[in-house]
Amino acid sequence: MTAPPLLALRGIFKRFGAVQALADVELEIRAGQVVALVGDNGAGKSTLIKVIAGVDPADEGVIEWDGRPVHLARPHDAQDLGIATVYQDLALCDNLDVVGNLFLGREIHRAGLLDEVEMERLTLDLLQTLAIRMPSVRLPVASLSGGQRQTVAISRSLIGEPRLVLLDEPTASLGIEQTAQVLDLVEQLRERGLGVLLISHNMGDVKAVADWIAVLRLGRNNGFFDVTTTSHEQIISSITGATDNAVTRRAAPGWEVGR
Amino acid sequence: MSRTWSSPLRKRLPAGRDERPPPGRGRQNPLDMLKRRFHSGELGSVPVALGLLVVWIIFAGLNENFLSPRNLSNLSVDIVGIGMISTGVVFVLLLGEIDLSVGSVSGLAAAGFAVLNVIHGVPEGLALLLAVVAGTVIGAVQGFFFAKVGVPAFVVTLAGLLGWNGLMLYILGSSGTINLDDKGLVAMLTNYYFTNVAAAYGLAALGTAGYFLASYQDVRRRKAAGVPARPLREIVLRTGVLAVICLAAAAVLNEFHGLPLALLIFLVFLVGLDQVLRRTPYGRMVFALGGSVEASRRTGLNVDLVRISVFMVSGTMAAIGGLFLASRVTSATQTSGSGNLLMDAIAAAVIGGTSMFGGRGRTWSALLGVLVIQSIASGVALMGIQTAAQFMITGGVLLVAVVIDSLSRRAQKAHGRV
Ligand SMILES: Nc1ncnc2c1ncn2[C@@H]1O[C@H](COP(=O)(O)OP(=O)(O)OP(=O)(O)O)[C@@H](O)[C@H]1O
Ligand SMILES: [Mg+2]
Repeated sequence: MTAPPLLALRGIFKRFGAVQALADVELEIRAGQVVALVGDNGAGKSTLIKVIAGVDPADEGVIEWDGRPVHLARPHDAQDLGIATVYQDLALCDNLDVVGNLFLGREIHRAGLLDEVEMERLTLDLLQTLAIRMPSVRLPVASLSGGQRQTVAISRSLIGEPRLVLLDEPTASLGIEQTAQVLDLVEQLRERGLGVLLISHNMGDVKAVADWIAVLRLGRNNGFFDVTTTSHEQIISSITGATDNAVTRRAAPGWEVGR
Repeated sequence: MSRTWSSPLRKRLPAGRDERPPPGRGRQNPLDMLKRRFHSGELGSVPVALGLLVVWIIFAGLNENFLSPRNLSNLSVDIVGIGMISTGVVFVLLLGEIDLSVGSVSGLAAAGFAVLNVIHGVPEGLALLLAVVAGTVIGAVQGFFFAKVGVPAFVVTLAGLLGWNGLMLYILGSSGTINLDDKGLVAMLTNYYFTNVAAAYGLAALGTAGYFLASYQDVRRRKAAGVPARPLREIVLRTGVLAVICLAAAAVLNEFHGLPLALLIFLVFLVGLDQVLRRTPYGRMVFALGGSVEASRRTGLNVDLVRISVFMVSGTMAAIGGLFLASRVTSATQTSGSGNLLMDAIAAAVIGGTSMFGGRGRTWSALLGVLVIQSIASGVALMGIQTAAQFMITGGVLLVAVVIDSLSRRAQKAHGRV
């Protein structure tokens, strides 16, 4: 008997006015697995992330966590389960410094007052272990570069003890070295037995770290591929719609091995 | 937890590259720091402090009575009413919103107190409490329409500006003016002085010592935790500057009647609310919301609740300010809370360095800004020029403040983003 998936989405629907952003979407992520979520612009990837993060809950559908149905109606619901999210737009507060952003919503306090020293210490520790360089952790993030802001957003997801990390185009504005660093980090997360959902438009990155590739097209599932056995062309045509009616290859053998 | 992550990149870096100084509060020369602060939009109170100095030098040159203990002491009491209102406005500005009703609310609180106490004989303490709570409730109502119904704050509080002023005129009734008991509690707010010289000096010493101890304690904790700390030299320097200002103020006040009760209360509010904003999780929520509503929402922050609470603070502070203003003239009149009051309260916060764009500001900006505005008013009055000059000068100062705010914001954007 295999363990149930860490996260399973079944029949997720989400509509924004006239736009059906997600329709009958299925997805499974297991602990120790990196699942890449790919699709054209507007395919609904970010919307799916926000559904899982409890930010914009689904209209319909079932979400299971460790095999049990859960209700993700608010950001806290997801955070409490151990779901950490790096949003495409980063969702940072420009006026707060790095420490303030890292601990936003889960500040450490002593006797009702913020414990800035402890938060700064943990921030410096985290940045150092991730080998991230910052001019100062006490500068408002508005004065950081785009890549630095992105690293702040990524670091934020590692505070606390996440079990599932959602990364929405985490390498979008990163340099070569930093991109490699993030990909290494994703591998580390997998080795630690976390689940990772990675959105990226860069097929090279996806091929490098993902175990599985889930394709979304126009808000619907359009394939679930094992990275090792699927060709580049197959994935591209699935994204662009050349294989709109292809049989979705789900639950392929070797599924739980994860690599 | 976080510390257990091993560095993926470190193994690739040539040895020795990791020996860089840890990121933190790097201190360089003051000019560089000022420049960097400008670019990061953190100029804070530097421009307004310079501005205040200029205003004082000019008026002191024009009229020798301007810096007299009597005039400065009166100034320190005159600032309290508007200053309290302005402190509430700082909270609203931090959200990037505006509260246009504060003038009317302050007038309504004064009138409410007068009617309850003088006409209906309600005990002073109770009447005072009710007047302040009325401000809180009004803030809650306006906050509700803004946060829950989604009416722009500008419009809700514009309706409040009219509505609460109308309600004030209504409860004042035909009499128009109600004189307060000039030996009563509210009158005492602005006419009581601690005449013992020890009071003013004691407060100055207490404030300075408190600042030093808090900073020193912070450095010790930082050192113990291995986190970058301010050099002790800088703390001593800052404490020294603060000590000079506080002792000079105390000496001047003691030359006249001593420490005004009103000033003491104002300072207590400023320190208390400053701590709330900078040191508590609630204050952090206010700043976060002023930085990005969406980012705050995604961390699970209760946006509506924080918004409503901020308008409650603003309403409460407006009511308290209104009582101090009524105390100054020991009466509530049909013109209470009208005239320039609203503009002065908002201008004070902005002149003091609180950003109109939200997310940046401190309670102390209310003190500094209102000092500038009242200094101009007092200087102009001493010289016997018309209020026309006062309006034009204050308008000019406000424009300069807003220009600095906008430029610093633009610099921040140009500097940081890709
Ligand atoms: N808040 C919203 N209100 C209305 N429509 C929305 C909203 N968010 C997303 N949509 C719509 O839902 C669809 C999916 O958007 P989504 O952001 O999920 O795409 P995406 O796959 O992340 O694209 P990209 O690769 O460009 O990031 C789009 O048609 C978009 O216009
Ligand atoms: Mg997207």
